[in-house]
Amino acid sequence: MRKSIQGIGALAALAVAFSAFAGTAFAGKDKMNFGKYQVGELRTGYTFSTPETRAIQDDDFENPAFLWVDVGEALWNKKEGKAGKSCASCHKNASASMRGVGARYPVFNKKLGKLQNLEQRINQERVEKMQAKPLKYESKELLGLTMFVRNQSKDMPINVSIDGPAAPFFEKGKKFYFQRRGQLDMACANCHVDNPGGMIRANLLSQGQSNGFPLYRLKWQKPGSLHRRFRGCNKQVRAKPYSYGADEYVNLELYVAWRGQGLPVETPAVRM
Amino acid sequence: MGFKTLAISALGVALSFTLGTFATAAEKNMMVKFVVKDEAIAKSLTGKPGNAVKGRKLAINRKLGNCLACHVMPIPEQTFHGLIGPDLNGVAGRRSAGEVRLLIVNPKLVNPDTIMPAFYRKDGFERVMKKFQGKTMLSAEQVEDLVAYTMTLK
Repeated sequence: MRKSIQGIGALAALAVAFSAFAGTAFAGKDKMNFGKYQVGELRTGYTFSTPETRAIQDDDFENPAFLWVDVGEALWNKKEGKAGKSCASCHKNASASMRGVGARYPVFNKKLGKLQNLEQRINQERVEKMQAKPLKYESKELLGLTMFVRNQSKDMPINVSIDGPAAPFFEKGKKFYFQRRGQLDMACANCHVDNPGGMIRANLLSQGQSNGFPLYRLKWQKPGSLHRRFRGCNKQVRAKPYSYGADEYVNLELYVAWRGQGLPVETPAVRM
Repeated sequence: MGFKTLAISALGVALSFTLGTFATAAEKNMMVKFVVKDEAIAKSLTGKPGNAVKGRKLAINRKLGNCLACHVMPIPEQTFHGLIGPDLNGVAGRRSAGEVRLLIVNPKLVNPDTIMPAFYRKDGFERVMKKFQGKTMLSAEQVEDLVAYTMTLK
């Protein structure tokens, strides 16, 4: 990206000033260097965001999602349930024990005989190990704890397994992704494979990467799960959404994560 | 792709057509017969020409035509025009009214891979939300209004 102007000494200072500016702005998209937010052809939603939105994510103190992450951290250490345990009772320091966990979910769970996402894993642990009540999908508590756990893998590459027992569920997720649905008769792929970078009125279509979820969406004025986003997309094409935590969405979650294999975990990201 | 003549029969179920505050003319959502030939529907669905002024409003309306979602059109008072589909400036010079009519009714009969929805088709979809089940996105009259407007884009 750095441009050099040779020959005319007087312009050298100007050239330096220009390259410094260009290094902080992503305008003129195709030739830009997106840094860690681009891996090969893969680009996270960050690279499709406005500079204002990116600035909020760039500063943990500006990023409102951290209010929820803090709720999650408090819950991590809070004893609940009949067993008198907290997450920390067994898992100790999350920054060590949870490092990498968020990058590999959803995973095949042998006991369930199907995929399980991070939210569901947290609740399984609460019910079985803590003998506490499961947290409600999309509640401040479950979003917070999920974001807190996933944040421990920040900047680690997405690394989901689609082999072995996960394979048939991955195939289901892939089928969902390419299945047209709703009165508008559109599949995920119609926008996010065929048209990333395209404009729908004022909205810029991204690759639909999930590496920043759960994330703070300015439109929602709060964080939301990936399943909330799936439901929103389904409704926009006038299709019946599935419920939070539905197997269909967990399978889709694996396929979408795999599409972004190698992108860094960005949770909690900030998006429009 | 060679197209055989395709007759689509009307279904006798009358469904009330309500879309927010835009329930035009208390439209009954019965589909009319139309014939597809040579990648076009030559005849007006209503037997009458549409109203281009109404068609322009439909092109803007996000709950009805919403053409601006994907197409650039000569509608300067709307700030953002989508860039997914072809620019519709001058489209009347490139397409006949019959071709435009088919592309609005069901563009997948011309290009099965297109992202563009079918605005005059009521079934054969996957998991449609209850309130839209068995309904077309636009009435026959609204399709004709859009055809009339599109054909002013010379």
